[in-house]
Amino acid sequence: MNQELINTFNTIISNATPLVIAALGETITERAGVINLSLDGSLALSAMGGFVAALTAQRAGLPLPLALAIGVFVAMLIGALVALLIAFGSITLKQDQVAIGFVLTLLCADLAQFLGQAYTRQPGPIFPNISLPILSEIPTVGRIFFFHDFLVYVSYALIFGIWYWLFRTRGGLTHRALGERPEAAFARGFAVNRSRYFWVVLGGAIVGLAGAAYSLNVKSGWATPPSMRGDGWIALAIVIFGGWHPFRVVLGAYLFSSLQAVSSALQRSNTQIPLVLLNGIPWVMMLITLLIVSSGALERLLMILPKSLQNRARAILRSDPPKALGTPFEKD
Amino acid sequence: MTKPMQSVLFALLPIAVSLLITALLIIIVGNNPLEVVHLVLSGAFGSSTSLGGVVNFWMPLAFCVVGLVVTFRAGLWNIGIEGQLMAGAIGASYVGLFVRDLPTPLWILLAIIAGAGAGMVVSLIISVLKTRLGINEIFGGVAMNALVNVYSIYLISGPWQPPEGGSAQATQPFPREVWLTPFSQDFPVSLPYLGLLFGMIALVSVLLNNTRWGLQLKATGKNPRSALLLGVPIERSTLTAFLLCGALAGMGGAHRVLETYHSLRPLISGGIGFLALLVVLLAGARLLWAVGIAFVSAAILTGSTRLKIALQLDASLANVLQGLVVLCILLFNGIRERFFDEPRAD
Repeated sequence: MNQELINTFNTIISNATPLVIAALGETITERAGVINLSLDGSLALSAMGGFVAALTAQRAGLPLPLALAIGVFVAMLIGALVALLIAFGSITLKQDQVAIGFVLTLLCADLAQFLGQAYTRQPGPIFPNISLPILSEIPTVGRIFFFHDFLVYVSYALIFGIWYWLFRTRGGLTHRALGERPEAAFARGFAVNRSRYFWVVLGGAIVGLAGAAYSLNVKSGWATPPSMRGDGWIALAIVIFGGWHPFRVVLGAYLFSSLQAVSSALQRSNTQIPLVLLNGIPWVMMLITLLIVSSGALERLLMILPKSLQNRARAILRSDPPKALGTPFEKD
Repeated sequence: MTKPMQSVLFALLPIAVSLLITALLIIIVGNNPLEVVHLVLSGAFGSSTSLGGVVNFWMPLAFCVVGLVVTFRAGLWNIGIEGQLMAGAIGASYVGLFVRDLPTPLWILLAIIAGAGAGMVVSLIISVLKTRLGINEIFGGVAMNALVNVYSIYLISGPWQPPEGGSAQATQPFPREVWLTPFSQDFPVSLPYLGLLFGMIALVSVLLNNTRWGLQLKATGKNPRSALLLGVPIERSTLTAFLLCGALAGMGGAHRVLETYHSLRPLISGGIGFLALLVVLLAGARLLWAVGIAFVSAAILTGSTRLKIALQLDASLANVLQGLVVLCILLFNGIRERFFDEPRAD
């Protein structure tokens, strides 16, 4: 493969990383039956907080790895706190999850803008690239997947870790039951609401990590309006597209990032399409992806296929939400 | 604790808490909260001109709020309101820029109708995506907001540029004849538009409370499954609620360009649609409350525009305060229901 193509793929992976991490965080949250709708805001707030913390630590003379660690920690803490509010409001107080999530979306974005006003467009610490020994030696694949910074490797670990947890362990079975049939988990003696709290907060912390992956890595620094504005919604849509399955979710995120790479390549080459209109492409893509997996459109689409392929295609494309998603659990 | 005391406490506590947090934030960035309060109040109510500014900000907000009360009644999350408002501005701008030689009242009326129509187109797309194609209105709405915004920037920077070239920041100003006439120099508010707003409030109030359609909407919102079983045409309720809301938001958008800017600009909605969603969340879909709360919001936001110049404070502070108020009220309501009310019989 030629060098330019390899570099393009490398960039796609690294650009997709925050989206991958955010969507994975949301996946474990929704698998527990709670929607964290605040992603677009909490990504911005944690990105801002993580950046400011890392920058302050660096200016205080701390070595780069320590400053970055502090930034990541603060970002995850912010994500976890926002998620804690959602958990408290929706699990303990049984308020509308969508309402609380939406208010937090706006509030966090505004807070990020207000508190980050003194830090816009400043250079700050970023994660350096580390090529993994041995793995990065593999021709082509090594250059694409193992020539990145620390957070990208963390995202790989999360993909396989979350998949293994959800589908290969007993604990993961209970975790999924929280979102599918909480009564069943309850009947087996699990504290449904307490476990939901745990997964919502952990999922939020992972979303916070995604925020750090923007401001300390991909789109480094902080700006108003933030460069990742809108990505939170895209991540939410990718979770649906991915059918709440870590592998498919990640595939969705990489696919999305690839299409964005194509559209920015279009921007560079002199085409007839007005440049501003290209900014609409992610949103059209989001609608199309949701359309593909939504039941009504899917069935209509399948009618075109020959009968023998219909069932197989349905099994691959179908995306059913956890059955108890968004509903409070009353019994304990 | 007695019941009435509890009610008063739970009404005041969330507001007090959110004010406290906001004050803390102001102190964190190194300013004096009292000075900020003074600036906001004088910015909003300092003179009749500034009061006019508040009313002019309030009007599009109120149009959106009235529309959202309709969609909330039907149980719909119309996050696409921002896009419907922008579409309204685009529609009215088209009439302002490209229609010529009409008598002023007719011209303005046509601009308002075009705005309402454009708003309806956007809400129609969102509702068809929901009812026919199974895409949740939240996602449809978020996508349409972004797409309408992109489209407006495209129009401004491309096809709607005058041939001799113009600015990417705004279209050419509309001809004077299509600007709304202010009541007076000191109180620059268009009274007919205010009349239109009150007319719409009355219309929606009657539609919601005194018609079969309003009842069907309520049934759809409360429990779509049983509504369907009772023979309520859910799809039609959803569609009509969206269309009405889109038309109202479009009228708000038309006001934005006909009164405030006299040209089309990027991000013409200025977050008004989102603010309206917060207001309606606060008011719990009670129409007159919602319109009243919208006025307070408009005052705070208009007043806070001076913060940037006077104190170099980001104007997002006002949005932070409003978000905090809504969040606190939601949470304190929950706390009250959970820990203080007697358990319900269900």
